[in-house]
Amino acid sequence: MIVRNGDEATAVISPPKPPPVSVAASLRTLSIFAGSVALALVVHLIVARNEPPLEMRFYTIFLGSVLLIAVITAPAQILWARLRQFRQNLHPILTAAAFLLCLWEIITSGVRLLPLPYFPSPAKVLHSLITDRMLLFDSTWHSLLLLLSGYAFGVIAGLITGLCIGWSPPVRYWGMPLLKVVGPIPATAWIPLAMVVSPSTMFSAVALIALAVWFPVTMLTASGISNTRASYLDVARTLGAGRGYLIFRVAVPAALPNIFIGLFMGLGASFLTLVVAETVGVKSGLGWYVSWAQGWAEYGKVFAALVIMAAFFSTIMTVLFKVRDRMLVWQKGVIKW
Amino acid sequence: MVMTPDAEGSTLQLRDVRKSFPDPGDPVNRRLVLSGISVSLAAGELVSLIGPSGCGKSTLLRLIAGLETPDSGELLIGSEAIRRPSAERGLVFQDPNLFPWLTVRRNIEVGLVARGLLQEKKTEVDEFMRLVELEAFANAFPHHLSGGMAQRVALARALINHPKVLLLDEPLGALDAFTRMRMQDEVLRLWSARRSTTLLVTHDIDEAIYMSDRIIIMTPRPGRIDQIILVHLGRPRHRSNPEFLQLRGEILELLHFAGGERMKSGKAHAPIM
Repeated sequence: MIVRNGDEATAVISPPKPPPVSVAASLRTLSIFAGSVALALVVHLIVARNEPPLEMRFYTIFLGSVLLIAVITAPAQILWARLRQFRQNLHPILTAAAFLLCLWEIITSGVRLLPLPYFPSPAKVLHSLITDRMLLFDSTWHSLLLLLSGYAFGVIAGLITGLCIGWSPPVRYWGMPLLKVVGPIPATAWIPLAMVVSPSTMFSAVALIALAVWFPVTMLTASGISNTRASYLDVARTLGAGRGYLIFRVAVPAALPNIFIGLFMGLGASFLTLVVAETVGVKSGLGWYVSWAQGWAEYGKVFAALVIMAAFFSTIMTVLFKVRDRMLVWQKGVIKW
Repeated sequence: MVMTPDAEGSTLQLRDVRKSFPDPGDPVNRRLVLSGISVSLAAGELVSLIGPSGCGKSTLLRLIAGLETPDSGELLIGSEAIRRPSAERGLVFQDPNLFPWLTVRRNIEVGLVARGLLQEKKTEVDEFMRLVELEAFANAFPHHLSGGMAQRVALARALINHPKVLLLDEPLGALDAFTRMRMQDEVLRLWSARRSTTLLVTHDIDEAIYMSDRIIIMTPRPGRIDQIILVHLGRPRHRSNPEFLQLRGEILELLHFAGGERMKSGKAHAPIM
């Protein structure tokens, strides 16, 4: 006879609902945001009188449309609770951003606190971003291709070596010392050698990025695999599991949280290597664009490229986070992300 | 001793099994853990193994599972020698050891997937989910389960392979007293439905008497079989039945007698609950 009750209660999970936001509170935050944008616009219009109007135009339009959106969505959110919630969460940070832009403009174009032309105003950066968009787009595309091919090779190689080192004691014995000695050398330190040895700069750049990614991925994969709980492997063996099952269905999933840490570290290393490789050798990409624009003393373009890089790299990082969240969905509730 | 002709279980014979491990403090001599274990289990029999901590109970189970190899002696399932782990000998630990990355259903399927039998035995998964009454949690991940539920999944995962021998290494040790008693009934129900030959390691004398056909009492390390007690009570058993209590008293006395010397050494071995 089985009597069970109470057991089931622990299995119910539902995310907590956010508390509703009152209309009055949301209008207050909204007016602060709209006010900060209006302030930035006023400051911009005052400062812009001393600047070439052609370069100021885009920024004026930009601030104007943001202000317009902020004002228009105010009535909408009274009726729409979802929008209210969304804006309530985002407003403090957006307000801070507007103040920051305003401050940036005052320091650069306004009071000329920083030396020109090294520190252009946000208006000039936006102008460069828009006028030079074709070349910037092209550079981003080339950077993306280079980054993805290098990263893919590095991850594949890292997973294979990590798996071998983590699973097989003889491979660990011979492989680990090599890994520990060669691995920590920054990939960029190989550049002089790569220039001599490799047939093309593109090829050596891919190889260097792959090398930069390979080390952390190998290290973390190996430690994840070799730290698989022995009892998981024992249980699997007594259930009839062969070697393939033990490696790919027990050790690899058990190591996956570690492997993802390696993938994140590798991604950071690949960004660095990408930009350095493009700066010194490869004749395309965002890294090349920055040094090229700097050569012409077009610092508006330099900053524009930096803005693109920030968006580009953080997007890729976000994508990897999404992949992790999907693959490690079973960890939800076990650890805090 | 219970003999059932239609038992799924198989006979299990141990002949003079010895096992030692390297001693970390002594590079020359190995530490003897089991010295000369000989015992036979009939097909479908449920036998408990009790004894002080460190007497080699778990090692004995690992030997039968094929996860360790003996220094000498023979282990036979039916007439076949045990050489390596196999799906015909299921092992359930105190920790359920469910794979946290698999749902309840996928955990139960592990044995079938590993042996490439999932397609032809898909319906059996449902049957086992029902048997341990976890249909509602098919898609839950293990960390959402209570201790008792997780252990039921672990049992189902072992049983889906139709093991000839089921090895239970203190499977209920980590559960609270009430859940534990419920689970004892659950294990008995599963056992009587399937009649796998079952070897249960426990620290709980009540559990041993309540569940088993015979109780093997082991000595402290190096482990030997001290006594084998036949539990001649009918089923279902009652924990407060005078015969039950009398047997309990006898075993306690026996262990106390066996444990008198050890208590003086200052180290508290406590096979007694």
